[in-house]
Amino acid sequence: MSAILIFLAVIAGIVFWWLSQQRLMAKPWLEEGPTGGFPATAPSSLPAAKIGLGVFLAVVGSLFSLLISAYFMRLSIAQLTRTDTGLLPTPNLLWLNTGVLVLSSVALHWAQVAARRGEMDNVRAGLLLGGVSAFTFLAGQLMVWQQLSAAGYFLASNPANSFFYLITGVHGLHVAGGLVALGRTGAKAWRGIAAVRLRLSVELCAMYWHFLLLVWLILFSLLTGWAGDFVDVCRALLT
Amino acid sequence: MTDVTVRADDAIPAAEVEDVELYHPKSWVTKYVYCQDAKVIAIQYSLTAMAIGLVALVLSWLMRLQLAFPGSFSFIAPTDYYQFITMHGMIMVIYLLTALFLGGFGNYLIPLMVGARDMVFPYVNMLSYWIYLLAVLVLVASFFAPGGPTGAGWTLYPPQAILSGTPGRDWGIILMLASLILFIIGFTMGGLNYVVTVLQARTRGMTLMRMPLTVWGIFTATVMALLAFPALFAACVMMLFDRLLGTSFFMPSVVELGSYLQYGGGSPILWQHLFWFFGHPEVYIVALPAFGIVSDLISTHARKNIFGYRMMVWAIVAIGALSFVVWAHHMYVSGMDPNFGFFFATTTLIIAVPTAIKVYNWVLTLWRGDIHLTVPMLFALGFIVTFVNGGLTGLFLGNVVVDVPLSATMFVVAHFHMVMGVAPLLVIFGGIYHWYPKITGRMLNDRLGKFHFWITFLGAYAIFFPMHYLGLLGVPRRYYELGEMAFIPPSAATLNIFITAAALTVGAAQLVFFFNLAWSLFRGKLAGSNPWHATTLEWQTPQTPPAHGNWGKELPIVYRWAYDYSVPGAAQDFVPQNQPAATGAAA
Repeated sequence: MSAILIFLAVIAGIVFWWLSQQRLMAKPWLEEGPTGGFPATAPSSLPAAKIGLGVFLAVVGSLFSLLISAYFMRLSIAQLTRTDTGLLPTPNLLWLNTGVLVLSSVALHWAQVAARRGEMDNVRAGLLLGGVSAFTFLAGQLMVWQQLSAAGYFLASNPANSFFYLITGVHGLHVAGGLVALGRTGAKAWRGIAAVRLRLSVELCAMYWHFLLLVWLILFSLLTGWAGDFVDVCRALLT
Repeated sequence: MTDVTVRADDAIPAAEVEDVELYHPKSWVTKYVYCQDAKVIAIQYSLTAMAIGLVALVLSWLMRLQLAFPGSFSFIAPTDYYQFITMHGMIMVIYLLTALFLGGFGNYLIPLMVGARDMVFPYVNMLSYWIYLLAVLVLVASFFAPGGPTGAGWTLYPPQAILSGTPGRDWGIILMLASLILFIIGFTMGGLNYVVTVLQARTRGMTLMRMPLTVWGIFTATVMALLAFPALFAACVMMLFDRLLGTSFFMPSVVELGSYLQYGGGSPILWQHLFWFFGHPEVYIVALPAFGIVSDLISTHARKNIFGYRMMVWAIVAIGALSFVVWAHHMYVSGMDPNFGFFFATTTLIIAVPTAIKVYNWVLTLWRGDIHLTVPMLFALGFIVTFVNGGLTGLFLGNVVVDVPLSATMFVVAHFHMVMGVAPLLVIFGGIYHWYPKITGRMLNDRLGKFHFWITFLGAYAIFFPMHYLGLLGVPRRYYELGEMAFIPPSAATLNIFITAAALTVGAAQLVFFFNLAWSLFRGKLAGSNPWHATTLEWQTPQTPPAHGNWGKELPIVYRWAYDYSVPGAAQDFVPQNQPAATGAAA
């Protein structure tokens, strides 16, 4: 359960940092007045949707941390019993997919910058490129699944395979869910809504995409076994 | 993190949204069925939760009948008994308590108490309820599926949960897992609303340290639930894979009827970690809203400010944080490194400190208060006593060496029913008696309420106190019948009959409560806008029950904290939060 505890420690850090700005030492029974004159404790000026997405990403992060924790526990059992290595071969296609997902994230970042500047053409191009490359990523992931099962690595043949399919599947579903939101943003963009009003939607999409890219990079390094090697190297250095 | 590009035009805090920008229901259907108003969603959540809770109540009756008169009822076979246990536990913990506290009280009280017009994402909020209803329906469907609901025990431990021989192995377990997955999706939608509404939609002057403790409790519990429920979600998905697709996340090699099953290499302990990583915070997800509500009830009905408000807030936050590092105290008997056992026993005992602080502060709030023994106050007092009782046996079970012999006995059943069953339910009742006048405009009948309280309170003790004793005798839990065990004296059977009689009485008393809810809706005394003379914002709405949008044209402005009761020199014994400082009065 180390992964989830590290994740929760990060969340706890954010929460306590935020709480520390909220004057928890105040003595509210002594203070009277409309605002108490403490603007820092008013609601933040960020739009509610952005904070909502932030909270949602914490939930998603928790889910993936738990899956990673479960995977680690499973790996340690495999190492104890020496039943299997706990790893699958890494099809080269995964590298391409990773590249495509990076491209998708970059495109949406570009769209976000363009939306701030009010350049509608670039917004549309960025959204389109981001959407198409995310679709390509999903198709690529499906092809990876196909290659693996053609090579005899089926979902249920051993726990390492099960984790690979489960984790990539959950990640893919989150990308697919993001595509729905991206589609709605795109529809707004093509209907010709002013860039100012579109900006929030585009920013939310970009934020979600960056997060999913980060998650993917972590998952990718785990599933290929680098993270394990890295931990081993650190351990060797420490002892 | 400063985003300099945010401009005023598209970053209006939700609290400042004009009334005209609100969603407005057009027809009867959008007003009462597909409604986006948090108040209606709260009532939908509450009624659904209470309806499914009644099912769980009946299941507990059936279990008690079997325990008192083993073998006398032809309709209770051993498999039925396990199904009753499983469904009773799961329904009460998740579909009743969690849904009622967060979906019910959270939806109704958060926007009103922080001075918002509604939740910040009303559409998502509506969706949350409908997915919750779907989850409940899927759960209910498992009663009618071939083989019946799952009988794996409410913790659904693998491998037995999905092996043949466990009741409901065919459909019951699948529907249960699907229902939990739906519940979590629905809850996440609601939870995002509760959190962001508290963060972003507080009205002017409502700083965090001016929020009523009810909001603090629900807010913290929601944050915890958002982080803990993914553990159950992942576990359910993985077990569904094991059951349907033949994977082995939780399944070791199993020999069944002389031949190996297809499973192999999985870890049942992994399920226990994931389940209890959710399961322990879940205890506090239910307890923290109860803590918050009880603080407000005590302060209001004792006409005294809450003692140690800051400490109460800090304790809520501390309990929320600590509850994530105690989960393995549910697994002492699963086998673990003694060092881990030591660690988890220590954290478990540490969490008693902030909890004890809260109890002291409630008692000190009562000290020399002007205590009105109204029905909500009675329930609040009943909660304090019950929670202390349940908490003390928790200290027993938190220690590894004490837990190991007691773990599989009725002592544990008595402990968690006191602390997590009876105590929060008393708060739910107290909360309903307290806020019903605001929700309906009428008071609940006082005499029926007192009758309901005394039967429920004394009856709960008649049920669960003897159960501790049974546990110490060594009477095992989860058993269909005891048979003849040398170490169990025959008097244990007599005690079981007594417990069952008490359980049936308490259950019947709840029907009085439901009658009261229905009768008072039409015949109850008219309440007026603020029958308890309370300070918090929900009692200051221009209409009772609050109209759509809550506040009429202008949002309230908050000038003070939520506990200005019996202020020396004030005209009344309470000063509402939105009442400006009197000219010349001390600032």
